[in-house]
Amino acid sequence: MTTELKPEAFDAQQYFERIYARPVILEAKKLSQVFGTDKAKRTVLNQLDLKIHKREFICVIGPSGCGKSTFSRVVAGLDGYSSGEILVDGQPIHGPSPERGMVFQGYTLFPWKTVKENVMFGPKMKGQSHASAEAHAREWINIIGLEKYENHYPNELSGGMKQRVAIARALVNEPKILLMDEPFGALDPHTRQKMQCHLMDLWQNIDITIIFVTHDMDEAILLADRIVALKANPGEIKEIIEVDLSRPRSPELLLTPEFKRLRERVDFLVHAQEDELDPALEDLPVIPRMTKVSTTK
Amino acid sequence: MSYVAKELSQRNKLLLGLSSFLIPILIWCAVSYLPFIWHPQVQITHSGSVTYLQAESRVDKNTFYREAQNAVNAGLLPPQGKLVNPIYLPAPHEVAKALVTAFVTPPVQADAPWFHQSLWHSIKIVFTAFFIASLVGIPLGILCGFSSSISQLTEPFVEFFRYLPAPAFGALAVAILGINDAPKIAIIVIGTLFQQILIIANTTRMVDRGLIEAGYTLGTHKLKSLFHVVIPAALPDIYRDLRVLLGWAWTYLIVSELIGTTSGITWFITQQARYQNFDNVYAAILIIGVIGLLCDVILMKLGQRMFKWKAGAK
Repeated sequence: MTTELKPEAFDAQQYFERIYARPVILEAKKLSQVFGTDKAKRTVLNQLDLKIHKREFICVIGPSGCGKSTFSRVVAGLDGYSSGEILVDGQPIHGPSPERGMVFQGYTLFPWKTVKENVMFGPKMKGQSHASAEAHAREWINIIGLEKYENHYPNELSGGMKQRVAIARALVNEPKILLMDEPFGALDPHTRQKMQCHLMDLWQNIDITIIFVTHDMDEAILLADRIVALKANPGEIKEIIEVDLSRPRSPELLLTPEFKRLRERVDFLVHAQEDELDPALEDLPVIPRMTKVSTTK
Repeated sequence: MSYVAKELSQRNKLLLGLSSFLIPILIWCAVSYLPFIWHPQVQITHSGSVTYLQAESRVDKNTFYREAQNAVNAGLLPPQGKLVNPIYLPAPHEVAKALVTAFVTPPVQADAPWFHQSLWHSIKIVFTAFFIASLVGIPLGILCGFSSSISQLTEPFVEFFRYLPAPAFGALAVAILGINDAPKIAIIVIGTLFQQILIIANTTRMVDRGLIEAGYTLGTHKLKSLFHVVIPAALPDIYRDLRVLLGWAWTYLIVSELIGTTSGITWFITQQARYQNFDNVYAAILIIGVIGLLCDVILMKLGQRMFKWKAGAK
C-alpha cells in the first residue's frame, strides 16, 4: 500500500485548520479519575478537557503514572471514571464497545484461535454469519499482509505479526476510534519502525481516528497530528503540541532539523516532569573516573 | 552448564523415563537376590535337633544362629536353612509370576469374582464417581472463578467442607445409600468434588485479564465473555487439573471399597493379605499403579492433541 499524495509544500496552518473543521469525535469534559477512598486518594486524571476530531492521529505521552493508560482505558470503557464527561460522537459512553477498538501492548490475541479466527471474533460477536465474518476477516488479513499465516496460531507468530493481527482484529469491527496502549512497546527497534510505517499507511487509507499512548517521544512525533503531553500527580494536560511536519512521513524524518526542534520541546516537557517526579534522579552519584568497574561476565 | 531446566532430547527423555522405573526395580532386585544386603531371616529347610524350628518356617537370623550354636555345642544335629527376606517382601520374579497367575487363577469360592472382575469393578467405581463429581465440580468451579459473587457464596463452605475427611462419612453413606456401590461412589465424590471446585475456580481466575478485556472491546458482554473467552482460555489448564484430580479419586478408592461390603481390588488385596500371599498383594497394587499411569498418559496425549495451540511453535 503506497500513498498517492504528491509531494507539495506542506502548509501546517491549513492542515490543522482542516482538522479542526472536522466534527469532534471524542470529547472529554473535566474528566477525572480518582482511585482509592478518602484516606488513600490518588487522583490519576484531573479535570481533563480534550477535543479530538475525526480522522485525527493523537499521541498521548507523559511520564509513568501520568494516567495516559488510564485515559485510554476510560475511553475504551474498560475503566469507569469519577467525574466529568466523556462523549463519543456526542454520546456518553457506557462500557466497552467494538466501536472503540483497542490494541494492547501484550497483544492479547486469543491463543486458541488461529489468525483468521481471531480476526473473525468481532464480526461473530456482532452476530454475523460464519461466511460473512470469514470474508471480512480475509479482507483485513490481506491488508496486514498475513494471508500466508491465516491458519497459524498466535504463538507461532513473531511479536510484530501478532500486533498486526491485533490491529486487524480491532479494525474489522469498523470502529470510530482505535485506541492503542503502547502497542509497539514490546517490539525490537527495527520491527517497531516497520510497524509505525505500517500503521501510518493504514491510517492514511482508512477512515479512523487513532489515540495512541506511548512514552517514546520519537514515536509520538513521527506518528501524531497532535501530541497530548500529560503531567503526573495529578494527571493533567500539560500541553497539546501540534506536530507541524509534512505528511506522509517516513523514519528519515527523525534526522531532520524540524524533527529535532520538536523533539527538544517535547523532551523538555516530559523530562521536566520526570525530574520533579523523582528527585532522587538529581542525586545520582557521580562515579569517579578512575574507579575500576568490574566487568565480570 | 545452564541454570534453568532445559528441554531434553527425545532419546534422553525416554532413557531417563525408563531409568526412573529401572532404578527402584534394580534396588528391589538387589535387596531380594543379594543375601548380604538385607535378608534378616532364615527359612528352615531342616529342623535338625531343634524341634520348634519347623521346616518352611522363618525365624530371625540371630535366633537361628544361637540355636545352631547351642546344638553344635551340645553335640547335636544343627538345624539348616537359607537366608531370606521377610514374607512381606517377595522377590520381583514372584510378583511377576503372581501378576500372571492372578488373572488366570479361578477364585477359591465359586461365587467370588475373578481378579479381572474385581479390577473392572474398581475402575467402574472410580470413573463413575469422578464423572459425577465433575458434572457438578467443573461448572461450579468455572462459575466461582468467573464471578466473585458466586465465589463468595460458595467457596467459604467448600473450603470448610474439604477439610472434613471423606472416609468419616463412610458410616453415614452406608446408612443412607445401602451397602453396595452407592456409598463407595459417594465417598470418592465427597473426596474429590470439593477440591475440584476450588482448584478449577482458581484456574479459571488465572485467565489473563487482558484476554477478557480484549474480548469486551470486541463486542462480548458478561455471558458471551464466559463462553467465548474465559472457558476456552481456561480449558487446557482445567483439563490438566482434572488429570491430577483423577489421581485423587484413585487414592480414595481403597478407603471407599472398605465401606459396606468390601469389594473390587481392595477385596482382592485384603483376601490375599489374609492368606499371606504377599506376592499377589504386590501384584494388585502394581496393577493399580499401571492403570493409573496408563490413564494419565492417554489423557496427556489426548490433551496435547486437543490443545495443540498451547504446545508452542510448529
